[in-house]
Amino acid sequence: MLDTAFSIPLVALSDIGRVISLLVIGGGLLWILIRSLRAKEVDRRIVFLFIFIAVAAPILFPITFQERATLIVKRVFDKVESSPAGSKVLLAFDFDPAMAPEVQPMADAFSRHCLEKGHKVIFMTLWATGQALLTQSLERVVRGEYPDKLDGVDYINLGFKAGNENVLNIIVTDFRMMFPTDVNGVPLDSTSIFDDVKSCKDLDLIIAIGGGKPGVKEWVLYIGDRVNVPMAAGVAAVVAPQLYPYYPKQLLGLLGGVKGAAEYESELVKWYPHLKERGTPGLRMMGPQTLAHMVVMAFIVIGNISYFISRRRERIQ
Amino acid sequence: MKRQVPLIITFLIGMIMIFSFFIPPLEGLEQTCSLFFDVIAVFAFFLGGGNLMRIHINKLRRRKKDWGFSIVTLGGFIIMLAAGLLKIGNPGGIAASPTTEGALLQEIFTYVFLPLQSTMYALLAFFVASASYRAFRAKNREATILLIAAFVILLGRTPFGMMLTAWIPESFSVLQVPNMAIWIMNSPNLAGQRAIMIGIGLGVISMSLRLILGIERTYLGDESA
Amino acid sequence: MRRSTIIVMAAVFGLFILSWILRSTSLASVQEHYLIGGLKVTFSAFLTLAILSFLYKDNPFYKFAEHLFVGISAAFWMSMGFWTTIVGNLIPRLSRSLSEFFQVPYQPGSYNFVYFIPVILGIMLLMRLSSKYGWFARWPLAFIVGTFAGLNFVRYLRSDFVEQVSATFVPLLVGWQGVGHFVSNFSLSASGQFVAIVGNWVIFLGVICGIIYFFFSKEHKGAFGAASRVGIWILMITFGASFGYTVMGRISLLVGRITFLFRDWLNLIS
Repeated sequence: MLDTAFSIPLVALSDIGRVISLLVIGGGLLWILIRSLRAKEVDRRIVFLFIFIAVAAPILFPITFQERATLIVKRVFDKVESSPAGSKVLLAFDFDPAMAPEVQPMADAFSRHCLEKGHKVIFMTLWATGQALLTQSLERVVRGEYPDKLDGVDYINLGFKAGNENVLNIIVTDFRMMFPTDVNGVPLDSTSIFDDVKSCKDLDLIIAIGGGKPGVKEWVLYIGDRVNVPMAAGVAAVVAPQLYPYYPKQLLGLLGGVKGAAEYESELVKWYPHLKERGTPGLRMMGPQTLAHMVVMAFIVIGNISYFISRRRERIQ
Repeated sequence: MKRQVPLIITFLIGMIMIFSFFIPPLEGLEQTCSLFFDVIAVFAFFLGGGNLMRIHINKLRRRKKDWGFSIVTLGGFIIMLAAGLLKIGNPGGIAASPTTEGALLQEIFTYVFLPLQSTMYALLAFFVASASYRAFRAKNREATILLIAAFVILLGRTPFGMMLTAWIPESFSVLQVPNMAIWIMNSPNLAGQRAIMIGIGLGVISMSLRLILGIERTYLGDESA
Repeated sequence: MRRSTIIVMAAVFGLFILSWILRSTSLASVQEHYLIGGLKVTFSAFLTLAILSFLYKDNPFYKFAEHLFVGISAAFWMSMGFWTTIVGNLIPRLSRSLSEFFQVPYQPGSYNFVYFIPVILGIMLLMRLSSKYGWFARWPLAFIVGTFAGLNFVRYLRSDFVEQVSATFVPLLVGWQGVGHFVSNFSLSASGQFVAIVGNWVIFLGVICGIIYFFFSKEHKGAFGAASRVGIWILMITFGASFGYTVMGRISLLVGRITFLFRDWLNLIS
């Protein structure tokens, strides 16, 4: 049974803010319902305003929830956790700023988990924008939180290469043909992390993070099904349902959207409590996510109520 | 020449890519072709940039509607290109990554590109909400099934869904909303997505064959050219 | 230009300057170049709000932001492609002197001359910009199409067809130890035997019915029609699930932007 807890903080300004926000949203929805029942049009800008308030209020006055990892997420966590220290893990940052709010939390969580376990992490990306985001992530997480980890020894940033699937088609048999150097021009042969890595076949785990094309699907088609290396994925929510056919044979696990990130973070802080103070953006985003979902569901219900009432009116007339 | 040579190229390259999968000695040739593709892809980026410049310079010269904004596009394009190609402000010099922290390219990416692209996609949240209110109607049985599934997923992916049905005992736990959401994703969603995937896969396979064998020639453009 | 437009633009400019001053002041104690830092955050916030203003109606600020994005995006990809692939992969194979200039390790090889082929094809691709010589671009285009067609043919056949069909053959009686065991342990537990069996039946029949729905060469009548109808229902559940995930995804993006506005710009949250 999944357990969850609605944390009840001390009475404070933030509590008053939460109550006021909920009253405003509840009252507004009631007003929309009444207008809809009277067959009066609600300007779409009012709808936009509601969504804004529903998202903004829990950001200003945080509502926190506990999460528990579902099996599809736990399998990824368990794989990283159970792999022996020194395992070669490849993290592919195949996303752009449009997906970053969803997948960056899980990318950071993977980086932290791998470095805590002492795995050797190879960062790369098939998106030009991914390299810029990877640079930010490395500064913030790797160099910022693990200054003792050495570039070329404990981790390496291969950066971006143009060509989409063709990059994967090459690295499946020869990394150096595609990446003769790392992102800063250091030859791969001079790094110890690549001492016994010639191709993707020599890796212990591949985690593809993304949500577009090229993305996880391409990693499965070009690498996962060709080499006998476990593969996991963290994707934007929009793409997650499409990858379920690959689970569990071709993908050992899948993190879908902010919920997936929140579940992974909850598991991570359970095993490594000191990581909690470094931030859990996925868990933090679940508050606004929950309230926004409620508002969207309310809109669907109100919209259908007004539809059925207007249909009945037409029949009577 | 204009149409025959490209068809031959498509056939030869396609065949190399297919046969190399089954004949390992051809793998080197396949990978060389992949590397060629990667280089051509970059020229495609340049083509895109060049086309953009051509369109906006044309718009500027002919003073078409909103021509003033073309100055913005061209200005942004030139500044970003200079920052990137010349590695302006890059603390690591010519050998360093173009996205090194502190480089002008990275600064423009972080403070201009990132907010622009993120916000453009964030707009979709508003339109999704508006569509939920205006368009999502249970007009027939199929739409109702869609609506119910969406509802269960929306509720199940939040902690509120768990709170709502936490009272259900373990022996009936599949009726708890989060578990229902998980079951929907692992069973009917998986089945539907797999059916779509198999259909698309067959379509891609047949289209690939048509392209390689020269039956499909629309990528060559107008017959008269 | 209308008076109201001038007033709005002046107001926006004034607010921009005010925001810059306030943000720079708050950064003065933590950053050395606080004026630049304040300008960067203010400009990012301005661009964010310019895009969001589209929700009210189309306006010059949105158009400005949109046009700026197009220009910057194209140049960004060009720059990245040049440095990572042309300088990173092509130049080391073609020229020792250029490799030294760009400070990348030269990769000597007997057959490196073949790497002039993608350069020639690339230049031919650029001829697309010319109306007279645009047909030259068909050769590199044919190369691209041939590459994708050849690669996709095998990969999709294996991963999206054979593997998927194979994965559909799931056990229809999960953990079966006889009818007595099944009845005595019957429950609607999410991890129970009954739910697992139902799930596998749904997967097996759902895939078959879904594929039957997409088979339009035969009229959907009788048993075939019934299976097609079940297929539609399965697909409707699929689309409903996709919609639910889409809502979640889009909301997350909005959360990200509003967090930026409240935290980095307005400093309302830590």
